[in-house]
Amino acid sequence: MKRAPRLVAQVALYVPLMALLGYLSTRPQFSVIAPDEALLRLSFIHAAHRAHACRSRSAAELAKLPPNMRAPLDCPRARVPLRVELQLDDRVVLEREVTAAGLRHDGEATVYFRTAVPAGRHLIAVRMGDRPGGGFNYTRTATLDLAAGSALVIDFDPAKGGFVFRS
Amino acid sequence: MPGLWVAFERMLDRAFGPAANPLRNLGALGFLLFWVLAASGIYLYVRFDTSIEGAYASIQHLSRAEWYLGGVLRSVHRYAADAFVVVTLAHLAREWAAGRFRRFRAFSWISGVPLVWLLYASGIVGCWLVWDQRALFSALATAQWLDVLGLGAEPMTRNFVGVGSVGNRLFSLFVFLHVGLPLALLAGMWVHVQRLGRPRTAPSRALALGMLAMLLAAALASPVQSAAPADPTHLPAMLELDWFVLFAHPLMYATSPGALWVLVGVATVALIALPRFARGAAPVTAQVSRADCNGCGRCVADCPYQAVLLGPRSDGRRGWQVEVLAKRCAACGICAGACPSSTPFRSVRELVSGIDLPDLKVHDLRRRLAQALARLAGRPSVLVFACAQAARSDGLAGPGSAVVGLRCLGMLPPSFVEYALRRGAGGVLLLGCREGECAYRLGTDLTVARLAGAREPHLRANVPRSRVRVATCGAGEEAQAAAELVQLRRALAREPDNAHA
Repeated sequence: MKRAPRLVAQVALYVPLMALLGYLSTRPQFSVIAPDEALLRLSFIHAAHRAHACRSRSAAELAKLPPNMRAPLDCPRARVPLRVELQLDDRVVLEREVTAAGLRHDGEATVYFRTAVPAGRHLIAVRMGDRPGGGFNYTRTATLDLAAGSALVIDFDPAKGGFVFRS
Repeated sequence: MPGLWVAFERMLDRAFGPAANPLRNLGALGFLLFWVLAASGIYLYVRFDTSIEGAYASIQHLSRAEWYLGGVLRSVHRYAADAFVVVTLAHLAREWAAGRFRRFRAFSWISGVPLVWLLYASGIVGCWLVWDQRALFSALATAQWLDVLGLGAEPMTRNFVGVGSVGNRLFSLFVFLHVGLPLALLAGMWVHVQRLGRPRTAPSRALALGMLAMLLAAALASPVQSAAPADPTHLPAMLELDWFVLFAHPLMYATSPGALWVLVGVATVALIALPRFARGAAPVTAQVSRADCNGCGRCVADCPYQAVLLGPRSDGRRGWQVEVLAKRCAACGICAGACPSSTPFRSVRELVSGIDLPDLKVHDLRRRLAQALARLAGRPSVLVFACAQAARSDGLAGPGSAVVGLRCLGMLPPSFVEYALRRGAGGVLLLGCREGECAYRLGTDLTVARLAGAREPHLRANVPRSRVRVATCGAGEEAQAAAELVQLRRALAREPDNAHA
């Protein structure tokens, strides 16, 4: 092939590649949520109570232990799983037991949950139980107006009394 | 390789020429795109504010106030990254389709797999540095994916959902990763080509200029723009994603983080395990004759897969000896073609080369050549040395021509050409693979260089070049090979002192 036709052919082959790069670098657009929706995220870390109460060691038990390990209390490390429930209006959208981290389940439990909700006014209730025996000992309920495209984050901060709604 | 792919590559050959054909130079293009990314990235880094507050504004300033340089370089940087992904995946698909993951190619194949990870990691982290809504989306999706592994004291996701803000220290980590990961990628690319002799890590000038012009044109035609600044409390209804780099995020949201891990893990393990499940028959291995090897190192220089090494002699004599690493040997015979002792003019009954193929010895080649020469009749006569991987040569044998088959054209010592001409052949046709399709990478190129005197062992200067012709015809191009033979015979017939047998 002669030089000029070759150049034309090269341009004709480069242009589709260029168009492909230009197009797929922005299109098709991705919809994170629908235009009339908001996003609800539940995200927190929390260490639940220990699964078993501490027990006092007897004098005989202490005597059997090496001197450097004679702690008067025997506290099993495992923590109870967190019980979490998220209710949106009259519907429970999350009901989960979250195991504590660590091989001995003695670490913090982490929760991350996201769901798209229709924009508008909603009753949101979040509950969490972190003690042995079941039940929820932290609850927060609020009625909120969620604008389209907004993101509500529900965090847990014991210093602030429990669940915190951030938007 | 599938016939459709071969046909497409050959079609591109007509437009670009084999040396500038993008499909035949995907690896070299990858290196070029890496350097384009490095050069444009260095400029962007110099002008980049690495604080979380200033990053977005500094990129916006570059894109708008300094669009003619900073903006263009930003777009070139992005499109080069996208092109790098395309080129890498095409390279992977091409090598797979050609079966270049077996035996002596296994190292290059396996070492290439982590490069795909590093490429994507580099690209994804690079997207975060703009710190717009797209960056926040990508960072959050990545964090969600990594959090499934349960690494770290605190889930990474919490950094990006608004409960804790992304601080300068975390953002500095992003910058560090976007420097460190590409450096690791470069190191991996270096390892990737270590088992190749004379690896092509730079494309031809024409191809490099074409690719650079295309990137520049794309940057000018469609400059890259940032989305709105990152804001964890607000989500854009539609996000302009770079699908080349960020396609895994929508895939994860369509399935689950765990499903994406399974998919990526299975794909990675399958790619790495592929050579193990496709071993095929054990090949023969080139063997060294210590007595006939003078340790010149020509076979070491010519081996396309770094299978021949030079080391001190083990027999107590001074000098060097070569050693063949069986796992790397392709049994192409190029080493035998490079050996100075592979000359048919040696007056020994048993011709033993310093390095040779046990199933296709140079001695056998001389014997077969003698038989072929004996069959030659008519004028002008032509002896054809034909590579078994090239166009089929069955049809070339006939009155006035005889064929000697080779495993690779590169296994032919140039002295055999002179030998054939001196023993009665009017001309010699060397039939090798089509340019860019050499089954053993370098066979045809080395032969051409040896004939031109540009590489040892060379064809002696007193051999008339008008009686020697190299034809590069791939599989299926038998008609072209026949035409080459006809042209050589016509040229020989025109020679004034045509006294060829």
